[in-house]
Amino acid sequence: MSNQDRPLSPHLQVYRPQITSVLSIAHRATGIVLAAGLLLLLWWLAAAAAGPDAFGTAQAAAGSFLGRLFLFGWTFALFYHLCNGIRHLFWDMGRGFELDTVSMTGWLAVGSAAVLTVLAWVLAYASMGALR
Amino acid sequence: MAELRLPANSKIRKGTDHPPPEDAKRPRTFKVYRWDPDSGETPRIDSYTVDLDDCGPMVLDAVIKIKNEVDSTLTFRRSCREGVCGSCAMNIDGTNTLACTRFISDIKGDVKVYPLPHMKVVKDLVPDLTDAYAQYASIEPWLKTETPAPPDAERLQSPEEREKLDGLWECILCFCCTTSCPSYWWNGDRYLGPAALLQAYRWIADSRDEHTGERLDALEDPFRLYRCHTIMNCTKTCPKDLNPARAIGEIKQRMVARR
Repeated sequence: MSNQDRPLSPHLQVYRPQITSVLSIAHRATGIVLAAGLLLLLWWLAAAAAGPDAFGTAQAAAGSFLGRLFLFGWTFALFYHLCNGIRHLFWDMGRGFELDTVSMTGWLAVGSAAVLTVLAWVLAYASMGALR
Repeated sequence: MAELRLPANSKIRKGTDHPPPEDAKRPRTFKVYRWDPDSGETPRIDSYTVDLDDCGPMVLDAVIKIKNEVDSTLTFRRSCREGVCGSCAMNIDGTNTLACTRFISDIKGDVKVYPLPHMKVVKDLVPDLTDAYAQYASIEPWLKTETPAPPDAERLQSPEEREKLDGLWECILCFCCTTSCPSYWWNGDRYLGPAALLQAYRWIADSRDEHTGERLDALEDPFRLYRCHTIMNCTKTCPKDLNPARAIGEIKQRMVARR
């Protein structure tokens, strides 16, 4: 019986998702979303440079329901990646490895990201005068 | 690239349902991963129902009872039955732990028992630990010195120096942590994994060891050490309540400090 024929034991299929692994993969996922958003931001800037017609198209796309939904998600991704990034900085300094702390700072990162996202949108709409 | 799905020869199918004992007062179902190398078939999940009123409190008690009374072909490792040998490490109810220290009563619903994740299976619940042991050997887990030992005494340590090894020496090499780590799942051929790195740090932190620099050199590698992304599944799952993630963090700090 060669080693090659042996089956691989199940991993993702059976391992219970938990705050440690879920927040870790969320950090990577939000990083990917940020990169995608950066491309759209470039497109928006390029459209602004290209002229009023192109900029109008880009503005309409960003202002549409789907555009706003993506921007909202992008904002959350930005704040989550930022807050969780701060957790990583503390780990790199050798702090915050206790399980209680890990759990606490994890929820703190998620909560802060949610609050900052809502705050950013409230401020953005308020600055446009939409909340008056 | 990470292969997220199981290869064709590893796909799990439904196996045999063994009926519960007739007069069971507190029946509990155990769903156990089975693979027989001689059958030529893919792995399966067999289900066994045990009367908890007639069984010890730990998952290992139930697994031994199943082997003794229902299905003697069920294969697993076990030895000390008190959490000091690390033999009965398996994936129970979705996380890695020692079957001998896991209370059945702490698990809700059916008890799912799999081998340690993302390992080649030798048979049933027995994973092939050859690579994991080789990775442990690669960190040279013994005292390395240049100066000769004192002729008539041990190499001494102060209590403070000895204290630095607490939380490291207790590791029983069950590899629950290593096989809980997604980074190890995807890069286990080149990333050493939490258990080997915890032990690497055990020798780096030892005041008597005189090869700290060489030990760090050996780990200074994009894969061997730096595939750790501080996911922390290792610390979360350690049945001895050790903290491999912190030990790896300490190694990373030493790498920066010596630049």
